[in-house]
Amino acid sequence: MEELLHYHFDVDGENFASAGEASVQVKRLLRQMGFSPDLIRRISIAMYEGEINMVIHANGGDADVYMDPERIRVVLKDHGPGIKDIALAMQEGYSTAPDNIRSLGFGAGMGLPNMKRYSDEMTVESTVGVGTTITLIFQSA
Amino acid sequence: MTVEQLLQQTGWQPLLLADETREITGGYAGDLLSWVMGRAESGDCWFTIMSNLNVVAVAQLTDVACVVFTEGVTPDASILAAAKLHDINLIRAEEPTYAACVRLGELLG
Repeated sequence: MEELLHYHFDVDGENFASAGEASVQVKRLLRQMGFSPDLIRRISIAMYEGEINMVIHANGGDADVYMDPERIRVVLKDHGPGIKDIALAMQEGYSTAPDNIRSLGFGAGMGLPNMKRYSDEMTVESTVGVGTTITLIFQSA
Repeated sequence: MTVEQLLQQTGWQPLLLADETREITGGYAGDLLSWVMGRAESGDCWFTIMSNLNVVAVAQLTDVACVVFTEGVTPDASILAAAKLHDINLIRAEEPTYAACVRLGELLG
């Protein structure tokens, strides 16, 4: 699977307030390329949830976006604590976010479910103590 | 109804108008940002009392028409600066969230 374009973003784990910068840039790029507003919205929201998760749980990570006219693939990779029970984490409302994050309006247990809801395919690979890689695929046609 | 018309009809305070001609097609109320991202629609008027910087990112990503801070909540200068950078309409209402929603509902018909 070799897409035409590849963009890499470092997700800064130190600055919660600026989380979402990569998603906003991707949104801008997709708009310039003429993808449909609905697709752009789905991709940028799913990616933002991933960014937020990396900031909350893993002190940041890497976001790679691969684009071609037919599909967009987003790979979010971190070296955080990993997810013990992926099926549980996928349930709406389940969250391990700390209280200070909840007070900012996150940690509602909607991150992974939203990523699944908005993508066409989602794969979660995680090893406790090693990290998590989430791959999201969006079909544009 | 445009953002400008909403302001005229309600008397709510514009905090930052990036595009007052933006059309409002619906409404959404919520403070849990992931919940908002999962549910708010493009073109919605989003009512919230949450006033941290992430609100601007969520508004941009969901493509809502405007954010209305209800219950007299006043966002700080960093939020206004971010909204200006990202072209987000910010409005402030003294009314409680429920009352503000009812007003929008009446105006949208």
